Amino acid sequence: MSSDSDPILTDRPWLDPGQEPFIRIQAVSKQFGAFVAVDNVDLDIYKGELFALLGGSGCGKTTLLRMIAGFETPSSGRILIDGDDMQDVPPYERPVNMMFQSYALFPHMTVEQNVAYGLKRDGLDRGEIRDRVDAMLEMVELATFRKRKPHQLSGGQKQRVALARSLVKNPKVLLLDEPLGALDKRLREQTQYELMNIQDRLGITFIVVTHDQEEAMTLSTRIAVMDQGAFQQIGTPTEIYEYPESRFVADFIGSANMFEGRVTGHSGNIATIAVDSLPEPVRVEYSALLHDGMKAWIAVRPEKIRLSKTPFDDDSLNVVQGIVEEIGYYGESSTYRIRVNPGLRLEITHPNLRRPRDGRHVADWDETVYVGWEPEAGVVLTH
Amino acid sequence: MGPKRSRFMFSVLCFGLAFLYVPMVLLVFYSFNHSKIVPIWGGFSLRWYKVLFQSEDVWAAAILSFKIAFVNATFAVMLGTLAALALVRFGRFRGRTLFTGMITAPLVMPEVITGLSLLLLFIGLQGLIGWPAERGFTTITIAHITFSMAYVAVIIQSRLSGMHMDLEEAAQDLGARPIRVLFDVTLPRLAPGMLAGWLLAFTLSLDDLVIASFTTGPGSNTLPILIFSRIRLGLRPDINALATIIIVAITIGVILFGWIMLRQQRQREREIQQAALN
Repeated sequence: MSSDSDPILTDRPWLDPGQEPFIRIQAVSKQFGAFVAVDNVDLDIYKGELFALLGGSGCGKTTLLRMIAGFETPSSGRILIDGDDMQDVPPYERPVNMMFQSYALFPHMTVEQNVAYGLKRDGLDRGEIRDRVDAMLEMVELATFRKRKPHQLSGGQKQRVALARSLVKNPKVLLLDEPLGALDKRLREQTQYELMNIQDRLGITFIVVTHDQEEAMTLSTRIAVMDQGAFQQIGTPTEIYEYPESRFVADFIGSANMFEGRVTGHSGNIATIAVDSLPEPVRVEYSALLHDGMKAWIAVRPEKIRLSKTPFDDDSLNVVQGIVEEIGYYGESSTYRIRVNPGLRLEITHPNLRRPRDGRHVADWDETVYVGWEPEAGVVLTH
Repeated sequence: MGPKRSRFMFSVLCFGLAFLYVPMVLLVFYSFNHSKIVPIWGGFSLRWYKVLFQSEDVWAAAILSFKIAFVNATFAVMLGTLAALALVRFGRFRGRTLFTGMITAPLVMPEVITGLSLLLLFIGLQGLIGWPAERGFTTITIAHITFSMAYVAVIIQSRLSGMHMDLEEAAQDLGARPIRVLFDVTLPRLAPGMLAGWLLAFTLSLDDLVIASFTTGPGSNTLPILIFSRIRLGLRPDINALATIIIVAITIGVILFGWIMLRQQRQREREIQQAALN
């Protein structure tokens, strides 16, 4: 199996057993007193990846990033970058640079001095420092702002200075702590694509910490979803969204309709599950290890459920009836909240393919509707 | 709020201000008095200013006081900053609590005791190693450093603990060793605090009578010692003139400092506003 010839494997190095991981995190834990911030995690990140650590506040993602940067020492386990154990390497000697959430620009230095700081520490000569700073400021389009101090810059400009400063040393790995957190929505989308472009062009491995699932989904090659100091799932954005492995992931990434029930039978790749809140069993495709009688959950994404005022003529669908309780109009789509019975409400996203006729959408408030989804639309979760 | 109440509050305010400033105004007023007896008005005159400027003792005392204050403030800032850095940035080392206590002790220690203990130390040292041969500039400066340093340490400590570590971490991340981080990032950020500490140490030293009296020797009079020793023989008009000069100098200093700060702040606000616009 050669990774040079296979385009699928060059884009997905984690699938290629011949590839050597660039960053290896091995059985790493970090305790602060009695609190376990990071709990025995293993992770391999490959060269050129744009890897996202995603999770809520206090999940341990920032602590993990700070351990890679060298600001925290693991309580146990080890971290290797490009084959070197980082155990006794202080932050100022690691081949990584970090872009801080607060940007951490030196307030008493100009833009130029900020960007040049890292190169000066490396003892490069003036001419080379000047050239590299120029090139970097050119890239982030701040060449005309070189003599300004950080407080004379807008949020987006500060963010670009921070990026330039962390990239100018050509690190092997760039760590980004909530890189887009402080920007408004429009600037954020723009910056997001800039980041992806830069990463693509320079081929530097990026590790991004974020709490924003949309940011993680659009930016990264792979995502590690973290909770309580441990990884809940590691995979590509598509894998994480379409095939969540646990209720936590299904719920944390996007939204999901969750049914609780028991497995009553499975044949081929279709399982039958008796759902507590529905009269009829639900048929769903599965890949997890199941046995009859075990407790299971079905998760179905809101956009994978169909909505109709008339019965469906496809009898492979799982169908229930319900009443439209709420409609949220987003322009390109609408979200319907359907009450199936007092204990079960479903959320459905329906694209607004046509303009509403007489101001009426696919379904209206208090209307009785049919709701159906294919067995392939849901996933079975066992925990 | 009714007019009755506001009138009451206004009179309280006037009384308070009068309590603070009338004595100083009187002092300035009497410094221009021609009469030799202070409380009796003998017409306007600059006579006592002339006497003052011709008095060599006063000049010598003023110069000594300023020299001590300057050296004291400089050393106090250096040592106080180091102490604060050790307390805030070095984590929990052995004996940290003891060190914290020892740093702040001079703040609460009665001056008489500090002065007396230092005097005993100097006398003991003199007997033991023959140094200091005589008490004066050096001994007073050392004594002043011991207590001013504590004030500086407290000021710097409060600034440091309010400062995030992210700038220091960013510098380290970019390849700066800890000592470089200190000089490139930490100290520039502490500069305003260090300046405030320097000014405080300077004034504390200029102001001190008790500790200086204990640790001085024959012939070395600081300004407070000189003023106090002369006042003991009765109110003297030339001392009024001296006090007036000090008041004027301080007032000018404070106004100038405030004006510069205000201007810098306005400039900064303007720049921030401009940055937000583009």
